[in-house]
Amino acid sequence: MSSSDRPLVVDGLGKRFGETIALDAISFDVDRGEIFGLVGPDGGGKTTLFRILATLLLPDAGTARVLGHDVVQDMWAVRSRVGYMPGRFSLYPDLSVEENLEFFAAVFGTTLKEGRSIIEPIYRQIEPFKARRAGALSGGMKQKLALSCALVHRPDILLLDEPTTGVDAVSRREFWDLLDALKATGLPIVVSTPYMDEADRCDRVALVQQGRLLAIDAPSAIGDRFPRPLFAVRGRRLYAMIGALRSFPHASAVFPFGEVLHYSDTRTGEPSASIADELTAWLQGRGFTDAGVTPIRPGIEDAFMALMGAPREAAA
Amino acid sequence: MSAAIEVHDLTRRFGTFTAVDAISFDVAEGEVFGFLGANGAGKTTAIKMLIGLLAPTSGDARVAGFDVMTQSEDVRRHIGYMSQRFSLYDDLTVRENIALFGGVYGLTDAAVRDRERALLEDLQLGHAADARVESLPLGWKQKLAFSVALLHEPSVIFLDEPTGGVDPITRRQFWEMIYAAANRGTTVFVTTHYLDEAEYCNRVSIMVDGRIAALGTPQELKQQFHERSLDEVFVRLARPDAGQQAGTMSAGSSPEESVSAPGPTPR
Repeated sequence: MSSSDRPLVVDGLGKRFGETIALDAISFDVDRGEIFGLVGPDGGGKTTLFRILATLLLPDAGTARVLGHDVVQDMWAVRSRVGYMPGRFSLYPDLSVEENLEFFAAVFGTTLKEGRSIIEPIYRQIEPFKARRAGALSGGMKQKLALSCALVHRPDILLLDEPTTGVDAVSRREFWDLLDALKATGLPIVVSTPYMDEADRCDRVALVQQGRLLAIDAPSAIGDRFPRPLFAVRGRRLYAMIGALRSFPHASAVFPFGEVLHYSDTRTGEPSASIADELTAWLQGRGFTDAGVTPIRPGIEDAFMALMGAPREAAA
Repeated sequence: MSAAIEVHDLTRRFGTFTAVDAISFDVAEGEVFGFLGANGAGKTTAIKMLIGLLAPTSGDARVAGFDVMTQSEDVRRHIGYMSQRFSLYDDLTVRENIALFGGVYGLTDAAVRDRERALLEDLQLGHAADARVESLPLGWKQKLAFSVALLHEPSVIFLDEPTGGVDPITRRQFWEMIYAAANRGTTVFVTTHYLDEAEYCNRVSIMVDGRIAALGTPQELKQQFHERSLDEVFVRLARPDAGQQAGTMSAGSSPEESVSAPGPTPR
């Protein structure tokens, strides 16, 4: 398939707000049946991008084609075929679950009955509460209702802006299971998230920071962009060990990663095993007698932090 | 030495719905205690009671040595609080926020000036002292908010999802600040949706449907539930269809949510 046939083609897209460059010449495309993730912190430009793709905001530069239609020239053709779930809860809190769905269906000239089969797996989970006001739903249920509302008119592409922010780990998993089921029908899905662990559930991810895409690749390939030897360091006194590791002459960066520390070394040519041995001995010489150092393969979060720029000093 | 937080059978009901159901635990001085749970498990209700904003229906709790029921004023004077939703005033400058909160906490002008100098230096924020808070990047705001919440040197600090939405480097710097505070003896009570962050806590509790379903060091919980990560432990405990438990729901929502149709409980 040539890139022009793809359901989403973004080319050199730019947007400024006064002095602030929200999007800086962004280009990417998305295939049918693909989950494309935009991963990055708040304020990176993700929401601006979604608003342009959903035809709610005009770009200053570049073009975006959604399902073959230009988001500026063919705004109305785009709008009727896109399912868009904004980042902030955007349903009517005073309407019931069922009324919200009927409303969104009606806006797109259809009915809940007609849209029922596409939303079935999701709607089944919230149907017992169809009479409840949307404002009184719990976080995970609100997200499922919002996804149902974005799907009820059977869109040909799904744009989801941070659908899982503030949602607990269990509800997040369930939400991603639903996206997998939708993807299997061939629906292209563009989804943003600040959670790095969710990047692994995408076919490809783009790392977004300060209006730029730092990298676009399969999640497993992004880790390979990490430029240095990386090690997991274990021990009982992790906090004290952070300071010790940073004073090691060849230290590049040291960060806590769950139950271990991730240490990267400036010596790219050295065999990992000899660096690990040297570091272990060095830590033990400083009283960290239980220190264990293992070479590891960098993950997406390591790569993101390296791509974000030179490690800043910790503030504490 | 008494515990920084002591909780006994703490309970809060809204009508017929029990949001917090007889929870008991202690947090030691200088401990980093992770308070986890799914949305609607009762965490926020429990925190509101611990910081003296909501009266328990029954049971009792002492925070920093004071009873949350009868001495809520003292409790609030001896704790710090920071959340992702409320932290600083966006339209005041960094310096004005420090002065304002210093005043609220009852610090003298001289003390405020001292703490301001130290804080700006620690955070390397001297250049932005007269910038409005809204102009700061989110990561700086969160670090500043944390420092401001510690202005009056509280013995216990409550952090409610302090790292939501920030970049991964800032998230880690924030946790180093937490460690540093704990090293100085401050007790840290923190909620998060990032399960890797829970690994940094000395102990974690996992709340399910108003009860504490598990409590221990991250290592102990992984062994107890035979899972490789806390994420797996959490999912296992909080998965709604496990054992046909009552549905999870947020405090204040109506009770019928817990009496769901057969099958998985919606969340």
